[in-house]
Formats: sequence, structure tokens, C-alpha cells
Amino acid sequence: MNLGPHADFIVAAYAVTVFVVATMVAWVVLDYSTQRRILGDLEERGVTRRSQHKDSR
Amino acid sequence: MAVIDLANPTRFLTLVNRVLPWLAALTIVLFAFGLTRAMSAPDDYQQGATVKIMFLHVPAAWLSMMGWGLMSVAALGTLVWRHPLADVAGKAAAPIGAAFTFICLVTGSLWGRPTWGTYWVWDARLTSVLVLFLLYLGVLALYWTAEDPGRGSRAAAVLTLVGAVNIPIIKFSVDWWNTLHQPASILRMGGSAIDPSILWPLLIMAVAFTLLFFALHLAAMRNEILRRRVRSMRIIQAQEVRA
Repeated sequence: MNLGPHADFIVAAYAVTVFVVATMVAWVVLDYSTQRRILGDLEERGVTRRSQHKDSR
Repeated sequence: MAVIDLANPTRFLTLVNRVLPWLAALTIVLFAFGLTRAMSAPDDYQQGATVKIMFLHVPAAWLSMMGWGLMSVAALGTLVWRHPLADVAGKAAAPIGAAFTFICLVTGSLWGRPTWGTYWVWDARLTSVLVLFLLYLGVLALYWTAEDPGRGSRAAAVLTLVGAVNIPIIKFSVDWWNTLHQPASILRMGGSAIDPSILWPLLIMAVAFTLLFFALHLAAMRNEILRRRVRSMRIIQAQEVRA
């Protein structure tokens, strides 16, 4: 595939897009594992949400 | 499951956990197909291979506006019905919309240099998209810096609805003013001005990017619901310690 005399601009556009998309994917994946871990810690300490209190009554 | 049931965060989480893996897989497959078609598409007779930047720039531009549209509907849900899931949807969409607007601006700039001879010009289309990016940053600042999350959400919702005025300005800027940016060439009266050999890869990439947007949005909404649960549990924990 020949990208011609402006190959640098094409490669840069794709590189920036891949970087931004990869950052977004990493953000949602890491944030999910962080929130799950914190929730797990709180539940281990016996902290429950109000709706869970209602369910257990 | 009825649609109204999705307004319940727990049921919504169940649905997201079921749908997200399939949506992610479909997104990857469509990107692989779209990129293959995009890379084998012929060069433009005037622009040469730089037309390949269009396969990123145009979907990102569409999604930057769609993101704000989605946030506007969510803002109405927050302000009128005070529904927590609407606020979650708006907050989760803001960073994703900002990221796609950033991609739109950067790829447009990189496309402009070899095509127009300049990275940037203060014409109506480029400036209104830059304003959209700044509005996204403003909404994010309100969400992330407010001490009281409820007040921050309402302020962000108001800014979102005010900023919605900018969406038609972006869309019609190329018709209302003299701009260096070209007028609409896909969604226009009389059909697309783009040859099918380039149009089809563009449409496939647009669908792939749209699925990516929704996959990221659902994942970010799930994270936000969990974050709010953490917050409420910490408040309960603090109250129990005090009592």
C-alpha cells in the first residue's frame, strides 16, 4: 500500500486515533476493576446499601 | 424485560453485563472489516491517499455531535424527571464525546495541512467544533469538581441544554457562511457526492465507530452506577461509625 507523499499525516492521524481509543478502553476497564474492588472491600467489612437492608427485612 | 425496567439501575447492570461482550465483539469484527475496506479503497483523484484520513475524521465528527445529542436527552431526564439513570448516562457520555471531538479536530487538522495548506483556519465549521470541544470540557469540569454531585449534575445538565444550540450551528455552518471546510457531501439533497468505492468503507467505519461509542458508553455507565454505590456505602459506613 503506497500512502504517497503525505504518508506522515495519514500515519499520524491513525496513530492519534488508536491512542485515544486505547486510552478510553483502558479507562473503562481499569475503572470497572477499581470500583468492583472497592465494593468488594466494603461488603467484606459488612457495609450494605439501604436497598439491601430493605431486601433483608 | 420491559423497557421501563431498564430505569432500575440493578436491572440495567444485568442487561449491560449480558450485552457488552457481544457488542464489543461485534465492534472489533466491524472495525477489522471496515479497516480492510478502507485500506484497499482507491485514492481520491485530487487528494490522493490523504482521503484515508476521512475514514476516521467523518465518523468522529458525527459522533462528537451525536454524543452531545445523547447528553441533551439525558439532561432533560435529569432536570425534568430527576431520574438518576439519566444523569448517569449524561455523565458517562461526556468524556467519550470529548474524546471523539478531539479525534475529529486532530485528524481534521492533519487532513487540512496537505489538502488546504494549513493545519487550522478560524472558519465557522472548525471554530464551532472547537467550541463544542470546550463545552465538553466545561461539562466535565462541572461533573468532576462539584462538591455536591447533585448540584454538579444539574449545572452540567443546564450547560448541556444551552450548548445544544451549537449542534445545528456546526451542521449548517458550511451553508450559512463562507468556509474553507467543504459543504455536506454524504447526507445531502440529491444523494452522496462520494464514489461508492470510498463511500462504503466510510459507512462501515461509521457504524464500527458508533458501536464503539455505545460499548464505551454502556461500560462507563456501569462504572458510574458502581461508583455511586461505593459513595452511598461509604456514607452509610461513616454514619455507622459516628453512631
